Amino acid sequence: MAHPQSPDSDPPSPKPAGSPKVGLFVTCLVDMFRPSVGFAALKLLEDAGCTVIVPAEQTCCGQPAFNSGDNKDTRAVAAQVIAAFEGLDYVVAPSGSCAGMIREHYPELFADDPAMAQRAQHVAKRTYELTSFLVDVLGVTKVDAALKATVTYHDSCSGLRELEVKAQPRRLLSGVTGLKLAELPGAEVCCGFGGTFCVKYPEISDKMVTNKAEEIVATGADTLLAGDLGCLLNMAGKLKRLGAPTKVRHVAEVLAGMTDGPAIGDPAGSVSGEER
Amino acid sequence: MSARDDILGSIRKSLGRGPLTGEPAAQLHQRLAQPQRNLIPDRTAGRDTEGLTAQFADKSREVACTVDEVDSLDAVPEAVRAYLSRENLPARVVQAPALAQGPDGGLDWSKTPTLEVKTGTSDGSEDTSVTPVFAAVAETGTLMLTSDTATPTGLNFLPENHIAVVRRSQVVGPLEDAWGRFRAARAKAGGAGPEDGFVMPRTVNLITGPSRTGDIEQKIQMGAHGPRRLHVIIVAD
Amino acid sequence: MQSTSKQFKDNAHHALNDATLQRALLNVKTGFQEKRAQVVAGLPEFEALRDTGRDIKNHVLANLDFYLERFEENVTANGGHVHWCRTPAEAREKILEICKRREAKTVTKGKSMVAEEIGLNEYLEENGVEPIETDLGEYIIQLRHEPPSHIIAPAIHVTREQIAEDFRREHTDLDPNRRLEEPRDFTDEARAKLRDRYFAADVGITGANFLIAETGSTVIVTNEGNGDMTQLLGKAHVVIASLEKIVPTLEDASTILRLLARSATGQEMSVYTSFSTGPRRSEDMDGPEEFHVVLLDNGRSAMLGTEFQDMLRCIRCAACMNHCPVYAAVGGHAYGWVYPGPMGSVLTPSLIGVEEAGHLPNASTFCGRCESVCPMRIPLPKMMRHYRQREHEKGLNPQKARAGLALWSYFATRPGLYRLATRIASGLLGRLGKVNGRFTSLPLASGWTSVRDLPAPEGRTFHDLYRERQAKGGRA
Repeated sequence: MAHPQSPDSDPPSPKPAGSPKVGLFVTCLVDMFRPSVGFAALKLLEDAGCTVIVPAEQTCCGQPAFNSGDNKDTRAVAAQVIAAFEGLDYVVAPSGSCAGMIREHYPELFADDPAMAQRAQHVAKRTYELTSFLVDVLGVTKVDAALKATVTYHDSCSGLRELEVKAQPRRLLSGVTGLKLAELPGAEVCCGFGGTFCVKYPEISDKMVTNKAEEIVATGADTLLAGDLGCLLNMAGKLKRLGAPTKVRHVAEVLAGMTDGPAIGDPAGSVSGEER
Repeated sequence: MSARDDILGSIRKSLGRGPLTGEPAAQLHQRLAQPQRNLIPDRTAGRDTEGLTAQFADKSREVACTVDEVDSLDAVPEAVRAYLSRENLPARVVQAPALAQGPDGGLDWSKTPTLEVKTGTSDGSEDTSVTPVFAAVAETGTLMLTSDTATPTGLNFLPENHIAVVRRSQVVGPLEDAWGRFRAARAKAGGAGPEDGFVMPRTVNLITGPSRTGDIEQKIQMGAHGPRRLHVIIVAD
Repeated sequence: MQSTSKQFKDNAHHALNDATLQRALLNVKTGFQEKRAQVVAGLPEFEALRDTGRDIKNHVLANLDFYLERFEENVTANGGHVHWCRTPAEAREKILEICKRREAKTVTKGKSMVAEEIGLNEYLEENGVEPIETDLGEYIIQLRHEPPSHIIAPAIHVTREQIAEDFRREHTDLDPNRRLEEPRDFTDEARAKLRDRYFAADVGITGANFLIAETGSTVIVTNEGNGDMTQLLGKAHVVIASLEKIVPTLEDASTILRLLARSATGQEMSVYTSFSTGPRRSEDMDGPEEFHVVLLDNGRSAMLGTEFQDMLRCIRCAACMNHCPVYAAVGGHAYGWVYPGPMGSVLTPSLIGVEEAGHLPNASTFCGRCESVCPMRIPLPKMMRHYRQREHEKGLNPQKARAGLALWSYFATRPGLYRLATRIASGLLGRLGKVNGRFTSLPLASGWTSVRDLPAPEGRTFHDLYRERQAKGGRA
């Protein structure tokens, strides 16, 4: 197997010269539920000077199987992701959960297979969550976007704890014209999504997401943002069920200035509600 | 096979080895014979006795002790009397035998005749005990007390109020410094120093503030089972 | 203790619908989380100390047999006795034997989770010895005939109104019209009630936070002083402790003490840390006449060398459950055995089997908050995942879940087919959901829609749209 760079070489140094080749890991939820998040990510990366490639051989990162204890199937999916992305400078996902899966867990999956472990390590080191990549690697300090809204922000667990994504989205949001951030008390507490958890233990998940929805509403913010579509679908679904008017969007949509379409869970063609 | 052999055997089987012998065992024996300090927080570093004493007093107050400072041991009885009067507590104390002894005959209570002073341990009926300490830890406002002929443990727990007499020279920075003094002071007779072993008293109590509980709806209440009040008298010596 | 972990879902259902319990659980946040955050912020070395604590325990576990033998030597040299027990039954019998030999009528008890693990109280009662819990929380739940719901705040699930009822029912010698409203009232009443019991106790039983190899000392950490009085005033002192509580030296214990109270209650030090070394000596004015350490294995030695060894670093601070959103939702009793919360979700299947406790490692979102606060850096989510792997390998997970996984895997490893399937699903759901933007119910997704709406897909997949864009020449 030929490798574009020696497997143990460090990732390209921060703030790479020229136009880095970035593989966009779309994530299965964005692909299926909200492609606009993928295009927002694409725009942000291209605006920052990246050459973005979207490998066609990607499906899912394998987390559903991994968290269900099915390592054999996880390895099969992971091997596919590794093969699809290992030739690129970076892998970027609009999700802390999927990026965390690749970065933190792929290498351990192949602990018994040194050759694969090396390839997994190679890809893992180059994998970033979107806002973290923009800020920490590319050094982006300002995005060209405007949204007249008071937003609140939920820190999705994997991004926060596996990848230390906390300041980066806030830093970028602070540059969005017209946007005000009202911090969410308990922003670091899980929303109750947890992948298959939310359907295996719906009652407990309900309690968690109900608490979360109540705290969101109490901030008085008109829009909720987060960096992971799984959590967003869960929180949007609960806010809708409770009849709350809060709009829900992926942070990338706001940073890319792509907030014309309906928010998550809103009818197609509905007036977005935010003043622009 | 005895339970002991079974358990030790199971541990060794899980660890994939037999009993430790030779060099590995020698290293472990060495680790026990000359205990090393681990990471120690910086907060007490670079302080002299005065600085440590001030820090100890601050930390003690943080954990809900009251603190008095007096110039000499002679002033302790009056400080005790004044404290009891201030707090509206009965003018009765039981003192540790250690405070009745000492090179200069112990505390002189003759100038506080209104105080009833008993010497000994506690049967649970006393209002207030007065005890010495072995050391005081500035890092956390912690008192170290050891059990002995003249320092019974009951005095630390049974009375409603506990007054601890701390001499400035007993104040150390981190807890490890207290253990250092403890090992040196209790080195085995005939040994060259603490590395030849030391005698552990039956009880060592580290006490950081008065007794408390949060078991009723997480609301902190003083005086759960031990003393409700812990008053520290720091003596410049 | 009989486990109800198999009924976790039912237990959780009842807990979620118990308004009193839900009110009581609100205290976890203010009582523990905020205090911990403050005290940790006040110690710059806290993160480095976590590394040190982890390293000390790892060193101990790698040399556990050595340190246990040294501990035993030093206990014996100080006139005490060590009793090695493989099983809960052996430990119970040994403790009863000591009580019988001393013709004990009552024993006082300091808080001990290992005593809960071996079901000590019931056993003593069955054999004519009355155990009296002295920790206020333990005392309350003993009156209520309940197990603890938290490892350091056993009565956290009880409100003061409930305690008032219990005290009036049990303390019949007191004025029935007395005031029982403020926490102070309860604390004072329990203090007065328990005073005489300490002195009358034939045996005092405590747990241990540490066993110190170099000195043969047992160490307990309390805020009330109850355990300390239990071991001082009982005529014999029996310590019940599990193997992994050992640390080499006083210095090692000191390091871990810096982590323990901060992680547990948000204190820099708990009020009392008491070291017991052997029975009363000729020069002592007080203290117990006998000193026994009952060392319990109960499956721990078999955890060494496995992917669950790290769990034996646990110092029982409860930070994991204090920060766990699942624990906060359902409380401790739902877990169905002695140890609740994330540490219980790993330890319980290790001690009573994954067949019995399989729900526990599954009932986690893997949010990782437990690991982020664990002073011993135990990778709790990773170990819960290991249990899910074991279940999957043994075929213990539900057939429906296995079938779903197989189907998912079939598509996920065939990108072409996957594209087709997602195109169809996304298109169908997108069209159906266009008007409302969401589904309030959906066949096959009732686990989701039973409690929340499902936002509708936008209608086309990213990959289809992207291919179109590329065909039109790239950047829009």
